[in-house]
Amino acid sequence: MVCNLGDGFSLLQVDRNFIHDLSGTRALKSLADQGRDVRYPDLTFACPDHTVSTAADANHSGERYDVCVDPLRALAREQGIRFFEIGEPGFGIIHVIGPELGLTLPGTLIVCGDSHTSTHGALGALAWGIGASEVAHALATGCVIQQKPKRLRVTFEGNLQLGVTAKDMILYLIGREGVAAGNGYAIEFAGPAIAALSIEERMTLCNLSIEMGAKIGMIAPDDKTISYVQGRPYAPTGDTWEQAVAHWRTLPTDDGAHFDHELSIDVTLIEPQVTWGTSPEQVIAVTHTVPSPDAQSSVDKQAAYTNALTYVDLKAGEKIDGIKIDHVFIGSCTNSRLSDLRAAAEIAKGRNVAAHVTAWVVPGSVDVKIAAEAEGLDRIFKDAGFQWRNPGCSLCVGSNGETIGAGKRCVSTSNRNFVGRQGKGSRTHLTSPQMAVAAAISGKITDVRKMMER
Amino acid sequence: MEAFTHLTSLAAPLQRANIDTDIIIPMDRYLTAEREEMHAYAFETLRFLPNGAENPDFILNQTAFRGAKILVTGANFGCGSSRESAVWALHGLGIRCIIAPSFGNIFYNNCFQNGLLPITLNEPEFTQLLDQVDAAHARPFEINLERQQINSPDGEALAFDIDERRQTQLLQGLDDIGATLTRLTDIKTHRQNDERNRPWIYMTPDDPRV
Repeated sequence: MVCNLGDGFSLLQVDRNFIHDLSGTRALKSLADQGRDVRYPDLTFACPDHTVSTAADANHSGERYDVCVDPLRALAREQGIRFFEIGEPGFGIIHVIGPELGLTLPGTLIVCGDSHTSTHGALGALAWGIGASEVAHALATGCVIQQKPKRLRVTFEGNLQLGVTAKDMILYLIGREGVAAGNGYAIEFAGPAIAALSIEERMTLCNLSIEMGAKIGMIAPDDKTISYVQGRPYAPTGDTWEQAVAHWRTLPTDDGAHFDHELSIDVTLIEPQVTWGTSPEQVIAVTHTVPSPDAQSSVDKQAAYTNALTYVDLKAGEKIDGIKIDHVFIGSCTNSRLSDLRAAAEIAKGRNVAAHVTAWVVPGSVDVKIAAEAEGLDRIFKDAGFQWRNPGCSLCVGSNGETIGAGKRCVSTSNRNFVGRQGKGSRTHLTSPQMAVAAAISGKITDVRKMMER
Repeated sequence: MEAFTHLTSLAAPLQRANIDTDIIIPMDRYLTAEREEMHAYAFETLRFLPNGAENPDFILNQTAFRGAKILVTGANFGCGSSRESAVWALHGLGIRCIIAPSFGNIFYNNCFQNGLLPITLNEPEFTQLLDQVDAAHARPFEINLERQQINSPDGEALAFDIDERRQTQLLQGLDDIGATLTRLTDIKTHRQNDERNRPWIYMTPDDPRV
């Protein structure tokens, strides 16, 4: 803490300031307009992930590049900020490359002008999304102003069933508690089912904290965290590494620590999840039927359900398993890491994408892409009829112009099923990567477990 | 930044929970419109029909509420993406105060950066306010930030809470960057000490691959 600002607010130094081609470009421009410099360029890292094309033959030019990417590159260079160049090693979705490069470390304070910054909490970092004005503040001062949040602990108990993933755990939690449940809280995810997750799975979980209303989600660093970080390009080395590890060992929450609110989830109850509506809380198990507005507790919720059903063109009582789809998107800061692609490829292997489905795999970074190709995952996807594309945010948010048509239905491994999220009139069903592959193969929403039984 | 002291305006009820920032400003508009133009696309999918005409059902298009500067809306308003253009769009539309049971956390912060007052009201005050809005019949409400009061046209007053720091920021129209830079000595001292305590934070060696 730099200093106490009173009334519960503190001025905190930003250890890693990640900037991208939307809010980052805007913030750097506003700083330039004010004639201000970036205070800590050595702690600032720029990567244009939102507006870049992921097409194999992209020439990376045009209006989006003129407005978003090129000024980011130019201003980053001018200010001495490291800029990860499109297509070069290190490049990718900012929430994928941060951990992958060893920039995201336990105990670091990370901000980024992107709500999914909560992802980095998977390594025990304190990370949250901010708006463009706060990005400008972080750039100009090296600091962020933050009020101490309330604390919520969610404890996950039990063992996951076959075909159930970290994505299903967090979607289930959001479905049970609602998208506003985390408002004003920082969430700590804990318990044996969290300890059992890999670091990449933990990233998927923390990524969706914001979809529960909490801008911060985190998991205490453990042995897995430390071995994940070790040897990464930006990770500390030598004596400094030892010193860092000793510090990180002190970070986990003390036994008996006080939380303002506690929740507990029995993961053995969780089945593969699918969102049916236009909010991440509108989610059901793939074995269930679309809920009825009439069964909802409040008039407002009934209206929300009716609106959502109209938008997605589904009927109450309809089985979600079997709904015909048009697109599949495997990618985004939620589910585009090597382990996601491996799990997806396992289902795709030796099968074919349904003729009427357009299916994309968009690796989260150049490093993920290279590693996946070294294992032959690209071959498996391409042989099955998937497009194997270049890294970027792509169809998660459509800010690079990659969208699906109005009225089209997409099974997506991303994080939001909002109205128009994947393009005007688009209908999104959020699932795990495995469930997305199952949908691509059968051409409809399908319980992936049917494809996992021998 | 524009200061906010008090406001007298119609209050428009937009009764819907979880209005996300994609609804407030769609991505394609966020990308291509200048900050000053965002208002033209605020609530685009709700405000306009597919043919581009105004949707007569949308509250801010109705004669009784056109030009309202106070929006009374559902829980978790502004959830989703961190895009500050959502606040710019609402500000451009003339909205200066939003009253809801809760807000998306990032959106809530963004409001204070732009002179817009978000008020969180718990039940039963929120229900009381909705009743007052119903009974207002095109008469204005008054928001007094200094006294932390919402005054209905019939003279009923509802109190609201706000952090003192944020209240001062709005009342004085303070720019955070300017204020923080007056603490430059503290900022520099902190880093000098931290470089000794946590040297690994500052070890960002040249990545041989980049």
